[in-house]
Order: sequence, then structure tokens, then C-alpha cells
Amino acid sequence: MSRSDVLVDADWVESHIGTPGVAIVEVDEDASAYDKGHIPSALKVDWKKDLQDPVRRDFVDKTGFENLLSGLGISNDDTVVLYGGNNNWFAAYAYWYFRLYGHSDVKLLDGGRKKWELDSRELTTDVPRRDRTSYVASEQDAALRALRDEVIAAIGKRNLVDVRSPDEFAGRLLAPAHLPQEQAQRAGHIPTARNVPWSKAANEDGTFRSDDELRQLYQDEAGLDFGKDTIAYCRIGERSAHTWFVLHELLDQPNVKNYDGSWTEYGSLVGVPIELGEAR
Amino acid sequence: MSGCGAPAGGFEQKPGDTSQAVVEGTVSHGGAPVSTGYARLLGTGDEFVAEVPLGSDGEFRFFAAPGSWTVRVLAPGGLSAEHVVTADYGQVTKVTVTV
Repeated sequence: MSRSDVLVDADWVESHIGTPGVAIVEVDEDASAYDKGHIPSALKVDWKKDLQDPVRRDFVDKTGFENLLSGLGISNDDTVVLYGGNNNWFAAYAYWYFRLYGHSDVKLLDGGRKKWELDSRELTTDVPRRDRTSYVASEQDAALRALRDEVIAAIGKRNLVDVRSPDEFAGRLLAPAHLPQEQAQRAGHIPTARNVPWSKAANEDGTFRSDDELRQLYQDEAGLDFGKDTIAYCRIGERSAHTWFVLHELLDQPNVKNYDGSWTEYGSLVGVPIELGEAR
Repeated sequence: MSGCGAPAGGFEQKPGDTSQAVVEGTVSHGGAPVSTGYARLLGTGDEFVAEVPLGSDGEFRFFAAPGSWTVRVLAPGGLSAEHVVTADYGQVTKVTVTV
């Protein structure tokens, strides 16, 4: 993978609106953003309603993913371009699903909805119609997803990257500062984790920083050993999907997993070690 | 499980909740509210902490911690502005931003 395989800019998207074989998809937790206006021809995916299991704490299974994509009219050989708000957090999370379920040609719009809006590019409320397809997903690729036991076993052995803000990492906040601070689980971080907030990988307009800047950030400044396997986590796994995208897709690190259980799971487990305080 | 995303304008504060250190405000340009744009909360050394899309009346809200913060606003057309504010538990710090 390289940057040009997995990222497209807004000009590319503008010139591919309505192109057969290209599906543009907005993914957001706040689906009302799409309803107010979206990139022309873009399909809508609601992170919570469409991508999460409604009963268990898990995301859609293979059949659910197939149904979702078939209903959207996306084929296995389509080029899928994902974008969304929050600097592409949920789009990056969806990108990770597409990879988990084996879609070969998926890309992110660099800068997401924010860059598109700040550029004053066209938004529409027209909802596109695509014919239903028969999408076939692969079995989940376990090489991309970390579960809790693997995370506990990785303490002190693999790179653990906590991508939350320094205040969440240190245990002073339990959630990002735009959310009410009311979660009940313990605060802190997984011992030996390095704190590299997801936001350091992005420019102010939401685009990703250059490969050289990213390598300097993770390798030189945070001290990640690129010879080791890596697990990224945050609060629920969507900000860490952004970092997973940076490490695995942009910097081409071979063994990087996203721990989607993240702090809401780890910080509620009985008996696991927790560290408090600043990054070391 | 709710995500970490912020709705336009930020989350509502629960009535009577005095446990939060709220920073909120509105953004205007030429006397009119700016409904397309972003408010960013920056901590020490201008470290990014949080961001919300502006609401339909140009409003935003953060749930911070006690201390000094910078609110930075971005809007289409390359417009931006910064304000330094102080937050504390039980207080609602209001800021009016013009870009």
C-alpha cells in the first residue's frame, strides 16, 4: 500500500461524481449531517444503526455487512471512497471494516467532510438511487483486529499506542472534552502504552500529515519500535481506526491491529493492570 | 455504546448538572451566525483536545477540565479566530467569537 492507493483528494472525488464503478459513502455517527447536505452521489452509512450490532457489543457480522452493501448498491469490484465528519474517524472505522471483510479497493477522502466544507465545495440533499447488488464478503481478517486477551498479553511486549488525548491517557478525563464526563469505568491507560493522540496525525483541515512527518511522530518522538507488532486503542476504537489507517495503510507497517474494545472495555475489566499519570 | 463523535453544536448540558467545566459560545461573521465551521479546543502548548462542528446558530459546547484553554474556530473562506478562556467545575464559560 502507499498513500496514492488508499487516499484521494477532494479534486479526485469531484471529478468522479457519478462515475460508474465508484461509490462515494459518507459515514457518520451523527447521520443528520448527511441529511443536511452531502457530496453529490454520496450514499449514507449510519455508524451506529448500520455498522453496530443492535444487541451485542460488536459490529455487524459478515452477513450483516453483505446485506448493508448489497442494499446500498455496492459491488465487490467497486472503488469505494469513504468520508465523514470528526476528521474521518468513523470513515476510518468503516474503512477498517471494509478491509476486515476483504474489500480490495477502498479509499478515504483526505480531510473528509471538514475539508470539503472548509473548501466551500458543493453539497446536496439529493439522495442517490443505486440498484441492489449481491455483495459477497470474506471471513473477518483476524490479522487486523485485537481482542482483550491479546491486548493483555501484549503489555510490555508489543507496541501499544493509546491515541486518546493526554488528559484521557493520564486519567484526568474519561472521554474527549466535547462529551459529558459521566462514564463509570476506571480511568487511566494500559501499562507500557505510548500516548500519541490521533490528532497529531492530522493537519488542522483534517488531512493526513506527510509520511515523513508521520514517521517522525511515531518512531522518533513516541519511540515506537517499527520492528515490533502494534496494537492501537482509544475509547471505543474509532479514533484508533484513524491511527491504524496511518500505521498500516499509509506507513505500510505490516502487523498493526485495532483494539475496538478499547478503553470502555479495558477500563471495565476486573483485575487487569492500569497505569495512571503522564506519558513516559 | 455511543461513539466519540460530537453532534453539531456539541452535546446538551443536563439541567442542574454542576459537575462539568463547560466552555460554550457562538460564532458570527458580519453579524450573522456561522453555521458551517468548526470549533476546536486546544490545551497547553496549543495541543488539540477536541473539536465540534458548529450548530445551526453558530453554537458550540465543550466539557473541559479546570484550567486555561484556547478556543480556535475555522470557517469556510479561510476564516479563523482564537480566544483564550478559563474553565472550572460548576461554571459555564461563555465566549463570543467573531471571524
